[in-house]
Amino acid sequence: MNKNKEKLLAKRYSSEKRFQFLGKSAIFMALLFLAIFIFKIFSTGYTAFQKTWLIVPVNFDAETMYLDANPSKEDLEEADYFEISLQSMFNLDKNANEKQQNELKKMVSYFFEREIKQELINDPSLLGKTKDVYITASDDLDQVFKGNYPRDLPENQRRVTDYQLKIFDQLVEQGKVESKFNLSFFTYPDSREAELAGIASSFMGSIFSILVCLAIAFPVAVLAAIYLEEFAPKNRFTDFIEVNINNLAAVPSIVFGLLGLGILLAVFQLPRSTPLVGGITLSLMTLPTIIIACRASLKAVPPSIREAALAMGASRMQTTMHHTVPLSMPGTLSGTIIGLAQALGETAPLILIGMVAFVNTIPGSPMDPAASLPVQIYIWAESAERGFVEKVSACIMVLLGFLIVMNLFAQIIRHKFEKKWS
Amino acid sequence: MIKISAKNVDVFYGKKQALFNINLDIEENQVTALIGPSGCGKSTFLRCLNRMNDVIDICKVQGEIVINDFNINDKGCDVVRLREKIGMVFQKPNPFPKTLYENISYGPTIHGMAQSKQEMDEIVETSLKKAALWEEVKDRLHEPGTGLSGGQQQRLCIARAISVQPEVILMDEPCSALDPIATAQIEELIDELKKEHTIIIVTHSMAQAARVSQRTGFFHLGELIEHGSTDKIFKNPDNTKTQDYITGRFG
Repeated sequence: MNKNKEKLLAKRYSSEKRFQFLGKSAIFMALLFLAIFIFKIFSTGYTAFQKTWLIVPVNFDAETMYLDANPSKEDLEEADYFEISLQSMFNLDKNANEKQQNELKKMVSYFFEREIKQELINDPSLLGKTKDVYITASDDLDQVFKGNYPRDLPENQRRVTDYQLKIFDQLVEQGKVESKFNLSFFTYPDSREAELAGIASSFMGSIFSILVCLAIAFPVAVLAAIYLEEFAPKNRFTDFIEVNINNLAAVPSIVFGLLGLGILLAVFQLPRSTPLVGGITLSLMTLPTIIIACRASLKAVPPSIREAALAMGASRMQTTMHHTVPLSMPGTLSGTIIGLAQALGETAPLILIGMVAFVNTIPGSPMDPAASLPVQIYIWAESAERGFVEKVSACIMVLLGFLIVMNLFAQIIRHKFEKKWS
Repeated sequence: MIKISAKNVDVFYGKKQALFNINLDIEENQVTALIGPSGCGKSTFLRCLNRMNDVIDICKVQGEIVINDFNINDKGCDVVRLREKIGMVFQKPNPFPKTLYENISYGPTIHGMAQSKQEMDEIVETSLKKAALWEEVKDRLHEPGTGLSGGQQQRLCIARAISVQPEVILMDEPCSALDPIATAQIEELIDELKKEHTIIIVTHSMAQAARVSQRTGFFHLGELIEHGSTDKIFKNPDNTKTQDYITGRFG
């Protein structure tokens, strides 16, 4: 009898140990995957924050630009920079033949003419002199310099020719290649050229979408939640509504995209590809999340507070507005931010309403066409050029950073303002 | 003088009847204690008097409750004005999670009883003084009410209730969450308050009923078994059930 008891006890202990082991290994696995994911993103993405520049001597020759000795500002704006720009590239190898000259030209971004122009406009006294100018290298050379491009491939499988590599290596040796912080990644809109592509248009698109989403979803959801929780009679009909709101939260996001496409674009003829339509579509998705969060935090307000207010002669409306709603706000706000963070990461519905279009302008209002950060990731991930690989990871890093900040904010609101009930 | 008169009051929670044909007169400026075992309906009856049962969807009250010649169960009765006249103190102290000052000033604000900041300050001060809390909290009126001790919180709730100068104060087991010292303070306070207010107190403690009340009603299984002066109920009850409960044979 006693022996049996001891056996049973040992069994209980060992089963508890087994369970703890399983639990710990599950957590370990989850952390491991997260670590691998983050390592992968950062190791591919961090190079995107650096950009390679070639330092090329440019001769700002007034004659070649058809300028007189003392040009006005307008003259400088309208002058012809193409010839001097081209010439400064050709000067890198004075013996180049025509084919090689063409390759020389392709060593820098097609923006090089504008960069040279900006240099002169910033300092008109350069006219007639020669100065070293920083010019954005082509995305392929950028990748070569960052060591992401295999040099040992046969030439016909590379986008960089042997000749370009030779000149580039000479420049590196002369210290004429520099890597600097890639500000244009944050200030430029999307581009077909990887070295010029930035997240400004999609970042602003995301901000506008989220603002539209917040402006629509928050008031509607809070009013709905307050009515359902504080005023609506509890009967079958309100139960039915509650079940449906919970179901709405589980509807796949692409369905909302179809709704946006079919109603907002087709029926109401709203401008496609705009954050306005994107925001309205996302607000449909966020609505149930906010309603559920708001109702939960209204439920968490102790009934004794409502009774106290009612017994003082406050009307139901006063009880709700003076006591219950303010007390539920921290929970509602953090739920709202979590809902917005979900909306921020949403891709499928935005693709359906056309926010996947190639937009190379920075939107100034919700009515201008724009992309959004997750859609930008999708667009770049589809692109073939090697230069976009690091951009994808960098864009993911920006999106994750954005989400972490929002969630942190939600946590702070919750902890700082939530009342503790004694 | 009779302040409140309940006639043939029945209360139903859904299909279940909680109170059966209650007839009870409450005397003005006296303390009436309602006693009885758990679930006997004494709290339910108390909540009928300021229509707090309205909050419960399934609760239905029948019969007449006449206060100042006016039946509060009439359709024309305005609950907001009724509750201004009939204050309530709950079992668990439930101050608003706001400052002490805001706790007291809330009632006078919503009923528009103060024209200026000065008047409001006066109301807050008198209410706290009447609730015997002023000396303890006068230096921290703008700190949260939830930071007080349990007994202080309950006195704050009493101060809040009297801030709108109600004619009647309902107390639903106001001392059940308090220690003996805090209980003694509240009981003393009740004795003081009855000069200006009619007080009805539900209590579990027969000793408390005997100490604070002038009149007592004994509830059992939803019926008012016996009521009368506290002396008589405790010393010489007519009903054997009352006798059994008072002497601790059940309950």
